[in-house]
Amino acid sequence: MAKITLSDLKHSYYDNPKGPDDYALKEIDLEWSDGGAYALLGPSGCGKSTLLNIISGLLTPSNGKILFDDKDVTHLPPNQRNIAQVFQFPVIYDTMTVFDNLAFPLRNRGVDETTVNTRVMAIAEMLEVTDMMGKKAAGLSPDNKQKISMGRGLVRDDVNVVMFDEPLTVIDPHLKWKLRSKLKELHQKVRATMIYVTHDQTEALTFADQVVVMQDGEIVQIGTPVELFERPAHTFVGHFIGSPGMNVLPCEVRDGGAFFENTLITLEGEIEQGTGTAQIGVRPEFVTLGDHGLPAFVHKVSDVGRHAVVEAKVGHETVKAIIEGEAPLQGAATHLSFDPSKTRLYRDGWIATRAAE
Amino acid sequence: MKTQNQKAWFFVLPVLLLVAFNALIPMMTVVNYSVQETFGNNVFFWHGVGWFEDLLNSERFHAALGRQILFTTIILLIEIPLGIVIALAMPRKGIWVPVCLVLMALPMLIPWNVVGAMWNIFTLPDIGLLGYLMNTTLGIDYDMTQDPFAAWVTIVTMDVWHWTSLVVLLCYAGLVSIPDAYYQAAKIDGASSWSVFRYIQLPKMKQVLTIAILLRFMDSFNIYTEVFVMTGGGPGNSTTFLSIDLVKIALGQFDLGPAAAMSLIYFAITLLVSWLFYTLMTKDDGK
Amino acid sequence: MRKRSLIPILYILFLMLPIYWLIAMSFKTTNEILSGFSLFPQTFTWDNYITIFTDPSWYWAYVNSIIYVSLNTVISICVALPAAYAFSRYRFLGDKTLFFWLLTNRMAPAAVFVLPFFQLYSAVGLFDTHIAVALAHCLFNIPLAVWILEGFMSGVPKELDETAYIDGYSFPRFFITIFLPAIKAGVGVAAFFCFMFSWVELLLAKNLTAVYAKPIAAEMTKTASSAGYELGLLAAAGTLTIIPGAIVIYFVRNYIAKGFALGRV
Repeated sequence: MAKITLSDLKHSYYDNPKGPDDYALKEIDLEWSDGGAYALLGPSGCGKSTLLNIISGLLTPSNGKILFDDKDVTHLPPNQRNIAQVFQFPVIYDTMTVFDNLAFPLRNRGVDETTVNTRVMAIAEMLEVTDMMGKKAAGLSPDNKQKISMGRGLVRDDVNVVMFDEPLTVIDPHLKWKLRSKLKELHQKVRATMIYVTHDQTEALTFADQVVVMQDGEIVQIGTPVELFERPAHTFVGHFIGSPGMNVLPCEVRDGGAFFENTLITLEGEIEQGTGTAQIGVRPEFVTLGDHGLPAFVHKVSDVGRHAVVEAKVGHETVKAIIEGEAPLQGAATHLSFDPSKTRLYRDGWIATRAAE
Repeated sequence: MKTQNQKAWFFVLPVLLLVAFNALIPMMTVVNYSVQETFGNNVFFWHGVGWFEDLLNSERFHAALGRQILFTTIILLIEIPLGIVIALAMPRKGIWVPVCLVLMALPMLIPWNVVGAMWNIFTLPDIGLLGYLMNTTLGIDYDMTQDPFAAWVTIVTMDVWHWTSLVVLLCYAGLVSIPDAYYQAAKIDGASSWSVFRYIQLPKMKQVLTIAILLRFMDSFNIYTEVFVMTGGGPGNSTTFLSIDLVKIALGQFDLGPAAAMSLIYFAITLLVSWLFYTLMTKDDGK
Repeated sequence: MRKRSLIPILYILFLMLPIYWLIAMSFKTTNEILSGFSLFPQTFTWDNYITIFTDPSWYWAYVNSIIYVSLNTVISICVALPAAYAFSRYRFLGDKTLFFWLLTNRMAPAAVFVLPFFQLYSAVGLFDTHIAVALAHCLFNIPLAVWILEGFMSGVPKELDETAYIDGYSFPRFFITIFLPAIKAGVGVAAFFCFMFSWVELLLAKNLTAVYAKPIAAEMTKTASSAGYELGLLAAAGTLTIIPGAIVIYFVRNYIAKGFALGRV
């Protein structure tokens, strides 16, 4: 188990990167503490897999350092870093039995057979695969295969970190949540540092204590699932997390206030000085329909079960609101109000209001 | 899942007709000859299984069959491992890959008699590159038209030159289909390069290797043109393989009965061994 | 890494040596060849090639080969396409047996068929025609084409067919406008192998022709005339037979490796 520090990390797949666009990773500084569960969340191509491969040692970064417990491992090969990785597609050794698959990483490191036996059986118990130990691994179902590849990571007691690279991609939906809770349970049992890479917000938010949201090779926000939801530091986070995502509305800043459709909007706090395109961000969960506020009319209502998503038009702009209980009729006139403590100003995407004390 | 549909037979019909025309009619002719005796002028007499009995007891046939089996065994023992080694050493991506593949495939695209002629020229004792190197530069007495051992070495080398690329291409195709994640996982699991070969590369190559072994078996067992052009079966009878003997009997001596009987036995052996290979190699796929 | 790439380099060198020797010899005069060993042509000459390109029996033999090889490739692919489709999409009575029987024809030694073929094609009046050789080569090329195409077709999801029918495509239109483009790599690979095996085969081609459709490979035996071997001429003719194969392989270079990986036994 180890603390992981990434300092001033940059990576480019080109030999001679010119501008910032040539970098798959731009300036990553991170510190992950021992035994935590972390998620790297972002759309495809945001650099999360690159970052993962740098941590595992499959890639050497163009710039910067990786420290495991203050030991520089930047130039160490994967097998000397004591890490484990679970891939998108289950990687198993087809010709070996389940037992031999699980024992493989231990045997390669010259662990004696009795220890191998106890370790493998303990992990098999945790993964609930004891009944298939003698079977050829080739015949297993995808979710069991993925369990075995997780098991190969967990069987070693010297791992610094276990990494998961979108491990549930090929798993059937009804087995996904099962495997996900299994993972959470495993983390609580073995207390290894775990890093989970995904583009699925549900997976990231349910697994991790702390989520790192990435976009275009940059970290946009690090925080607990609640923080990411309540106070997105960037419109991208607001948009990417939540269903539907945050409303991002064009606005005008004058006289120290933000105006949307010529109406002054009360924000969570004071606006910071600065320039750039200003936008107001408010989650649909914090928009209410009523008799006061911005005049609007209901454009579309979609009932998604426990609540309804209302799309209201204010001028040419669409504002989404989540309404519990009875939804208004389509075409009806209404008024919108935003919860001031959850309404913020963003400049060029980044948050530009001071949080209320 | 595939659907049950008897109309699919209509799709197969053209293939069936063409192949039947090419395979069944000649095969019937062969069967017909194999049980008859002729003294020319298209007069045939019933001969029963006499030709088969003669053949199975003939030393000439045993010798040719023995040479054929020896040749095929040597070929498989050299070409399969060599092909695997070369495929493993090939670069996986980059501009050199198509260059390598094109150059490697070249020998397979040369007409077989040209291959024979080319190796003839190449090995001529005084004026061929190989022959000159061996005799003059290295001082080894080498002339495949005189020395049976030299003839064998030359023919085997020629076949390795001609066909190893097929094994390389097949194995390479199997290798590039292995996702990177397997190699990465193996690295992380601390696997040695032998383990990577034994537990990742070899299992993934199994299917293409089956095809490679089958094709190389069939084609080396049926080899005719190259050897005929290079040695004509000599010196003496040292390189007279089954096919060469067969053509000698059928077209050279026009002994149709024995030739037909020999054809059938020859074909049966090829079929039987191919089937055995196939069953052995795919034995535990179902489990 | 560096040490490893030595293996393919050495192998390719070994492959190129006899080919180099053939090409080098084709630029030598017969006198130079017979007078002794020389690594490079001492008196460089185009004479051998000029002979070939000015003698109709030479260049016609060349054209003959190309005609029957192309014919064979077209026939093989055209009949193999529907059959491969049937094998990849449907189960029908005797499908597995049929597939295996087709493959057994790939195993038949050509030597076995020489005489019966000669008689068969003489009987139907096709002896010494291009079509005879093209048809005879179907014996081993059709099974191979069906096998390769079936592998590629099985890689195309069945949903593609179903979507097309729902969209109202007729079968022929679906097959030509949607399905064929989806497996064009497979068609390329299959055509390549048909071309290759038809181009390199001599035994059948030689024995099914006499004058009119005589292939280049058979014409080459002419160099062993009364005056002894004309090695320069033989080398030049041989060199020329390498060219069509080299051109074809260049076009499919990106698919060859894939073609076999998808095949099944």
